[in-house]
Amino acid sequence: MNRPSAAFAAFTLVLLVSLVGCAAAPSPTSAPGVATPTAQAAGTVYKVGFIASVTGAAAALGEPERNVALMWQQKLDVAGGIVGPDGVRHPVQIIIHDTQGSSDLAVTLTKRLISDDGVVAIIGPSTSPESMAILPIIEEAGVPLISMASSSAIVKPAAERRWSFKTAASNEHTAPLQVEYAKAKGITRIANIYVNNAYGEDGAVAIRKAAADAGLEIVYEDTFEADDTDMSAQITKIKASGAQAVLVTAIPPAAAVFTMQCRELGLDLPVIHNHGIGNKAFIEQAGAQNAEGVVFPMSKLVAYQSLPDDDPQKPVLTQFVSEYQAFAKQPPSSFAGHAWDALAIVTEALKRLPEGLPLAEQRSRLRDEIEATKGLVGIDGIFTFTPEDHVGLSYKDMVLMRITNGDWEYLPREKW
Amino acid sequence: MQLGLSDWLQLFLSGFSTGCIYALIGLGIIITYSVARVINMAQGEFVMLGAMLTVTFVRALGVGTGLAAAMAVLAVALIGLAVYRLTILPLRRATEVTVLLATIGTGIAIRGLAHVAWGTTPRPLPPFVAAAPIRLAGAALSWQRIWVVACTAAALALLYSFFQGTLLGKAILACSVNRNAAELLGIPARSMGALAYLMSAALGATAGVVIAPLTLASYDMGLALGLKGFVVAVMGGFTSMPGAVVSGILLGTLESYAAGLVSGGLKDALAFLVLLVVLLARTVRLPSLLVRPRRSEA
Repeated sequence: MNRPSAAFAAFTLVLLVSLVGCAAAPSPTSAPGVATPTAQAAGTVYKVGFIASVTGAAAALGEPERNVALMWQQKLDVAGGIVGPDGVRHPVQIIIHDTQGSSDLAVTLTKRLISDDGVVAIIGPSTSPESMAILPIIEEAGVPLISMASSSAIVKPAAERRWSFKTAASNEHTAPLQVEYAKAKGITRIANIYVNNAYGEDGAVAIRKAAADAGLEIVYEDTFEADDTDMSAQITKIKASGAQAVLVTAIPPAAAVFTMQCRELGLDLPVIHNHGIGNKAFIEQAGAQNAEGVVFPMSKLVAYQSLPDDDPQKPVLTQFVSEYQAFAKQPPSSFAGHAWDALAIVTEALKRLPEGLPLAEQRSRLRDEIEATKGLVGIDGIFTFTPEDHVGLSYKDMVLMRITNGDWEYLPREKW
Repeated sequence: MQLGLSDWLQLFLSGFSTGCIYALIGLGIIITYSVARVINMAQGEFVMLGAMLTVTFVRALGVGTGLAAAMAVLAVALIGLAVYRLTILPLRRATEVTVLLATIGTGIAIRGLAHVAWGTTPRPLPPFVAAAPIRLAGAALSWQRIWVVACTAAALALLYSFFQGTLLGKAILACSVNRNAAELLGIPARSMGALAYLMSAALGATAGVVIAPLTLASYDMGLALGLKGFVVAVMGGFTSMPGAVVSGILLGTLESYAAGLVSGGLKDALAFLVLLVVLLARTVRLPSLLVRPRRSEA
């Protein structure tokens, strides 16, 4: 029994040495993906909270978002963190949590990230209700938030939303494009119809403004319910109103039912939807025949291959798609793009943060630096924030798509 | 905006066909009430099952819409029978309120099961006839709406000949008029109740099948349609079958004109406004129906 004991002792010795070695090394054990600082003096570790609905009803949003966060952490680790304006290198640690689509859980996680983990900024959550729920907390604690949800209430009114930003385009960015398309078609009278909820109302307001700016007359305006099964009365009135095109703000299934019944009642006007139908389930529900010819705005991600080579977003989009494809083994959705943009904005702003600030100061300086973001080429568009505009996008960041033979087709301006 | 004659016609055609659906659902509620003394709040779920099963049969088995529809109606009729056997018959000595609550529970259970089985994504069903809508004095009438009206007419004709022309039908009617007397004459009221449930489930399923191509089939479509059917049943005095048909068509048309002449948001509000007015006018003494102990069945 002598030889095994000797082997055991040797093994123990090796283990001890390696443990001591680890303890001496600059703490790579605290979490996967903390960058090891290189030659330069190691600065503060920047922790960024990332909360997304990875499971639950909004998993379709949160899962690709989480993938991007993991991907981004890998990129940061390979680069060895970021270098501040004073040449100090900072490891960046992204702390990812799953909100399961629950506002309550999002609130708990946000509080924990702020007080226990000491994050400098929070990215997320995936949905608008969750984002609205955590706004009071981040405002009170003074922590910058970049939401991946779309409601414009997250950033408006600007005076009350000092700490929150978002990367997903709003209806105010899609409406001018819808109106411009109608105008290019020689249309002067439009019908503005929308689903009777906050999303539809927001879209209708944006269309009213865009139409007024472009000099189009809204000759008919009405709502339908999200669970309506019969919209023939509204469609009859559109017919009677003398409108030359129908602008719709709704999501499936109501958007699909409306489109189906337009065709059923023989309404042969151009139907211009909003980005709410940017999901291929719309075509299946409405039927390819009924959806044929429907035009709607989307972010450039869906059409990146068809963009002209001089489009500044094309290289970023191409890189994003290939990196995401390699990481997640599937093409990215628009939600993945929202996460990429939020991470890019925070990373760039962190690079402008000097070393040696206390945490509260770091947070408020970071907020200022995020707000100072200018011309950042992202996935959802080119971001330029101002104190009044915390989305930073414009309608030029959107493109129009047309439904042709049951699929999406990029509709460049030349083909309008 | 000035609505022309063709728009009025369009609103009428849409309202009339939607009203036919309401009538079918309301009829189902009236039949179970008059024969089995059950206010079936789960009637809308039979509509949903009819629509969802048809879509499923078309997709999974690759059969034609007609065959799938027939199979779905049959399947839902059997489900109706099972619901009667499992939830109504064991409660035959309970008060009407208990039974009413049981039907609400049944409805929630069926909806929940459908949610699990089919998920939340609404599914399309192709129209029975894929042809361009008919133009009628400036109004458009789709073939599917003609199917809705035709199926309703056929269902009514079948019901009429069954109740008036067959012994079984007359036995059911006898039960609805006076259950005790019918039992004394040797009519098995319990079987008649089962038969009533089977028939109303089939009626509901038919409504679901014909409306699915106009809307979409989804697990939660039954709730709203069931409530409309309930309004129709109340308007029809809870016992009158012709009354239910007239009320259904009236409600559908009123809704259509309310949405067309005033606002789309008024449509659903109108149905329940009508319900309130009818209840207040005491056309049916619903509260007394609810608290009265059920007549002995044994």
